[in-house]
Amino acid sequence: MNASLTPVQARPSRRFGFRRVFLFLVLAVAILFYLMPMYVMVVSGLKDAADVSIDQMWNLPTSFTAGGFAEAWRQLSPNLAQSFLLVIPATIISSLIGAINGYLFSKWRFRGSEVLFALVLFGMFIPYQSILIPLIQFLDRIGLYGSLPGLIVVHVIYGIPITTLIFRNYFANIPYEIVEAARIDGAGLWQIFRQVMLPLSLPAFVVVGIFQFTNIWNEFLFGLTVITNPRQQPVTVALNNLSGSFSVSWNVVMAGAVIAALPTLVIYVLLGRFFIQGMLAGSMKG
Amino acid sequence: MAQGALERPAARAGTPRRRLIPERLLSPLILAPSLIALFIFVYGFIGLTFWVSLSNWRTPKRDLSLIEPLWETYRRLFTTTRFQIDIRNTIVFTVFFLIGSVGVGLLLAIALDQSIPARGLIRNIFLFPYALSFVVTGVAWRWIFNPDSGITLLLDHLGINWLLGKVGLGPLHVDWLISPRILGDIPMPDAVKAQIGIPVAMIPVIIAAVWQLSGFAMAMYLAGLGTISHDIREAAALDGASLYRTYKDIVIPLLKPITISVMIILGHISLKIFDLVFAMSGKGPGFATDVPGIFVFEQTFGANKYNLGAAASIVMLALIAIVIVPYLARSLREVER
Repeated sequence: MNASLTPVQARPSRRFGFRRVFLFLVLAVAILFYLMPMYVMVVSGLKDAADVSIDQMWNLPTSFTAGGFAEAWRQLSPNLAQSFLLVIPATIISSLIGAINGYLFSKWRFRGSEVLFALVLFGMFIPYQSILIPLIQFLDRIGLYGSLPGLIVVHVIYGIPITTLIFRNYFANIPYEIVEAARIDGAGLWQIFRQVMLPLSLPAFVVVGIFQFTNIWNEFLFGLTVITNPRQQPVTVALNNLSGSFSVSWNVVMAGAVIAALPTLVIYVLLGRFFIQGMLAGSMKG
Repeated sequence: MAQGALERPAARAGTPRRRLIPERLLSPLILAPSLIALFIFVYGFIGLTFWVSLSNWRTPKRDLSLIEPLWETYRRLFTTTRFQIDIRNTIVFTVFFLIGSVGVGLLLAIALDQSIPARGLIRNIFLFPYALSFVVTGVAWRWIFNPDSGITLLLDHLGINWLLGKVGLGPLHVDWLISPRILGDIPMPDAVKAQIGIPVAMIPVIIAAVWQLSGFAMAMYLAGLGTISHDIREAAALDGASLYRTYKDIVIPLLKPITISVMIILGHISLKIFDLVFAMSGKGPGFATDVPGIFVFEQTFGANKYNLGAAASIVMLALIAIVIVPYLARSLREVER
């Protein structure tokens, strides 16, 4: 996939003509457009309360302080911790289930397994509003409503379609001869998974792990409805509450937005290549 | 890119060896627990939601008896002005968001397809919003479209408002996000109580959504451009085709399957859009940015009208199924052929 993102030139450009100027102009405008909200978030976040007046929005802060970050951190850090406690187990468990399912759907097909797989995939497109009422009733019945373990269960189960899909496509590209050879050596289904497939699947785990981490970290509706105590809600929900509260000034809200965005941004910067792979795999490449 | 999601694995399992449990039964057996859980959470819960939508449950007290007449809640839903507005808003949002994302995505992909310096870095700049939460995007763009600050102030700073004043147009005061105005009023039958046009408050939300997701379209197109062989384009160039014609007549038609995929993925996201609007503008002035996702949330958790909320969520699901089911079915047919 990475190779396919390298440029294929239609025609080497021979001169710095009008076309070149136009190209760079388009790119420059686009870069400014894409970076502008980031500039606003960081610059507003770094201003202190006295500096945050509305007509100074595009100006740089006049003094070097922590600006809104101290207050935003004070307000959001419990929720940030909750998000990590949610995302890490949910990512690990849903990746493991996806690995097993993907292996079986690609290398141990049976009558009807393709139809079953399509039914699994449909689960990742549904609007979660359409399952919310029974979901909450069910979680309440089993005593998990309002708790972090309840939210983990929800993310693990609704994560199955996407993790299964990415692992299935990954394992489908591993030649069947490898499975065949292991079978001749007497290995069974489970042994082949543990001793042959699992060691080969590290790249897929990285892709799925990053993808799920980002998805679950950024999720909002479940966090808003499954957890009722504002102190225990994930950071996306807490950020929305912060932004909706009239007593909080903009520098704090923008600092909060940076804090809530930072974990996934760090992953994106450090592991962007895998992130793009996950994004493309997750889009089902029709 | 040519492979479908359901591409056929290399070969089939060979003859199973004799074991305690025959191996061909082992695969469905291991799949069973997680798939049963998933199917309950997806299809079982959708079924229950559908039941709720046909029930009398419209107070905090649960009442699952069926309503008389059976489709009463759906009739009420479609005659409610607010829900009609929501459907209008969804259509407006989807159309302009798709045009914007696909257009910008394709333009950026073609720009990055040329020889330019720092190509990887620039690509990453276009793609990073995709890694953010819709809530972060909504919160940031809400501030950017603050009527007294944000874009209005930027237009002042850049002298654009001064320029507009000079040509006699008057400065642009970008108060779109709080504007209840609807552009246009398409005549409709009496049953349609919502004014059919483009709500001005939707424009900033669409811009924010394009900012976040056009990078996805770009990455899909870049992956597709990578699969179009060098030779085809060189041949076109040798035949004297201009760069413009090479793209318009050869490259873009070859990218059509990607355009379809991008439209389906982004289309289904826009049909169920919730977080972004919720964080950025809420239901908006006069429901100018209200969408079915917010309607469901408020009816269910705010007003305790469970049957009405459930009915609206089933409508959302149906809209998405219209887009997604043919897509999944096509992939499945391709496998079975």
